[in-house]
Amino acid sequence: MISIQDYAPIVGQEVIDQLRQLAEPLKGLKVVHVNSTKEGGGVAEILRMLVPLMKELGLDVRWEVIRGGERFFECTKGFHNALQGKSVVVHESLLQVYEKTNEQNAEDLRSVLEEADVVFIHDPQPLPLLKWCPNRKGKWIWRCHIDLSHPFRPVWRYLRQFVADFDASVFSLADFAQPVPHTMFLIPPSIDPLSEKNMELSAQEVNAVYSRFNLDKERPILLQVSRYDRFKDPVGVIRAYRLAKNFAPYLQLVLAGGGATDDPEGEAVLAEVNAEANGDPDIHVLRLPSDAHTTINALQRAAYIVIQKSIKEGFGLTVTEALWKGKPVIGGDTGGIRLQVVNHHTGFLVSTPEGAALRVRHLLQQPHKVAEMGVKAREFVRENFLITRDLRENLSLMVSLSFGDEERIELEMRQ
Amino acid sequence: MSSQINNGRAFKVKDCALVAIATGKRAQNLRELRDNLAVIHPGSIYYHFWAGRLRPRFDDPQFNNDFAVWAHYALHDDPLAERLAVIDPCEFQDLESLRREIIEVIEERLEEREWVPWVRPDKQFHFVRSQIVVFDTHAVIERPEDLCDIVPGLSVGSVFYHFIDARRREPLAIDDFRAWLMGFGDKYRDFIMRLAAVEPYFVTLVELRRQLAHVCMRSFDRRSQ
Repeated sequence: MISIQDYAPIVGQEVIDQLRQLAEPLKGLKVVHVNSTKEGGGVAEILRMLVPLMKELGLDVRWEVIRGGERFFECTKGFHNALQGKSVVVHESLLQVYEKTNEQNAEDLRSVLEEADVVFIHDPQPLPLLKWCPNRKGKWIWRCHIDLSHPFRPVWRYLRQFVADFDASVFSLADFAQPVPHTMFLIPPSIDPLSEKNMELSAQEVNAVYSRFNLDKERPILLQVSRYDRFKDPVGVIRAYRLAKNFAPYLQLVLAGGGATDDPEGEAVLAEVNAEANGDPDIHVLRLPSDAHTTINALQRAAYIVIQKSIKEGFGLTVTEALWKGKPVIGGDTGGIRLQVVNHHTGFLVSTPEGAALRVRHLLQQPHKVAEMGVKAREFVRENFLITRDLRENLSLMVSLSFGDEERIELEMRQ
Repeated sequence: MSSQINNGRAFKVKDCALVAIATGKRAQNLRELRDNLAVIHPGSIYYHFWAGRLRPRFDDPQFNNDFAVWAHYALHDDPLAERLAVIDPCEFQDLESLRREIIEVIEERLEEREWVPWVRPDKQFHFVRSQIVVFDTHAVIERPEDLCDIVPGLSVGSVFYHFIDARRREPLAIDDFRAWLMGFGDKYRDFIMRLAAVEPYFVTLVELRRQLAHVCMRSFDRRSQ
């Protein structure tokens, strides 16, 4: 069991002390987080680390997961794509399934939700729960992890009616926020340096992935870790690899994708990826279970360069993970990747497979640059994107909700 | 009012955390930036000059405020970026006079240009405002010499609160360390001058803490020699 004190050697004792002081006025606060999956995807990962730490700091925190059938997740996947800008027509019958599923979940969760002081609803799946909790006494916050900068309007109009009733929203970046009639907080997500996916590994554990996946330890690996999702552009990554391979025939590509229980499109995209790979023995398309955290960790450490060539991205936690492991990242010039990949400092931003190929070639020729960027990348994550910062901002947000809207809240004077 | 004016009292170490709030206002060209600046919540000016330092971001060593960064990276207007970057927010009595100065610089540039510079929709300037949550760490510094032990262990929130945020608190509008040390008369004059020479705008808060710790150590080594 990880304790908050275990983070002190990584972030500094002063950061831990600060969290304890900030949590002091929030002790006993009843907080409930609600999302739609326990496994797979960035939201579940964030909650898995955030919830126990909030509990340790004295808050009374629960994590609830709503249940739904295939048609419910078909509908919410449609929402997800539409909110990221894809024209998706979500049929009326699916919307009925969506609302009915939330109504059924509300039956099970109502007493917990209505009694809570603060309820965080993550992403669109559980949005209508609020409607079914008429006697709620706490503040309800919609935590949107999606890039909402250019939503497909008909779907956003439909969902907005649910969002409007919340007390506040949280977006990862200002660019993602859509006008809503309440306060819009900004909190970028984070990674847990002590989780299986990010903790230090022995050389033996890293080496194990070479034999397990038939990789050549002597040749550089280009790696993308992400779900098989068109917005992650895995086909574009293969094209970039092919262009780079013309100049670096020794290059290997690993695409490592996990599955999330709320993503029904993965199979179709995986088939497209395999077709594009066309049996190239240096392209390794891996389908890993959602709990293969140590394997992902080892692959990221084994990689020479990490790529995240998304064309749409909420935040891109896989980028943060790679930077934390001291790897420069070639990232798509979109969403939260921009906040993390700083051209020529922590990696390169690209817009096309051609651009990605060019940067891969550049880094293959500049090992000293790879090392220099790696050091900068790790420090950048240490200062900005670890769970302790996320926790601090969530605590600050709850202080803000509890103590008022003025520009400066002096806690000493309130207690 | 500065929290650290010395009336023979110890220095109370405070800490702060930032709550960033999207205003929903954005600018896609320089004229929109100016128009929004004229009406934006003063907390947004504060955020883009000071509080943003507490936000996750890569600190650009070239520019000390978000308006200059946007002018350089999004508008690609370096004369404007340089003029905005040179604005020292501490020179202005309040946020309203700082606001007027920024608008003045932008208007001057708009008059110089034959067309209004603009950016792609995904490079817009987003106005953010902030709330600051200030809390007591229960740590006190009795003697200036003790700063050598305390400063290296300060959180970045404390560094921000005492060394940057303090500069907009009346009546002294300087950092809290100097405000406190001045209460001892001339005794720490050299130390005060060294602290005044620490430039807070071009380094991360972690690096700023390192520089402050170095100044403390250096000052007291010299005194002890």
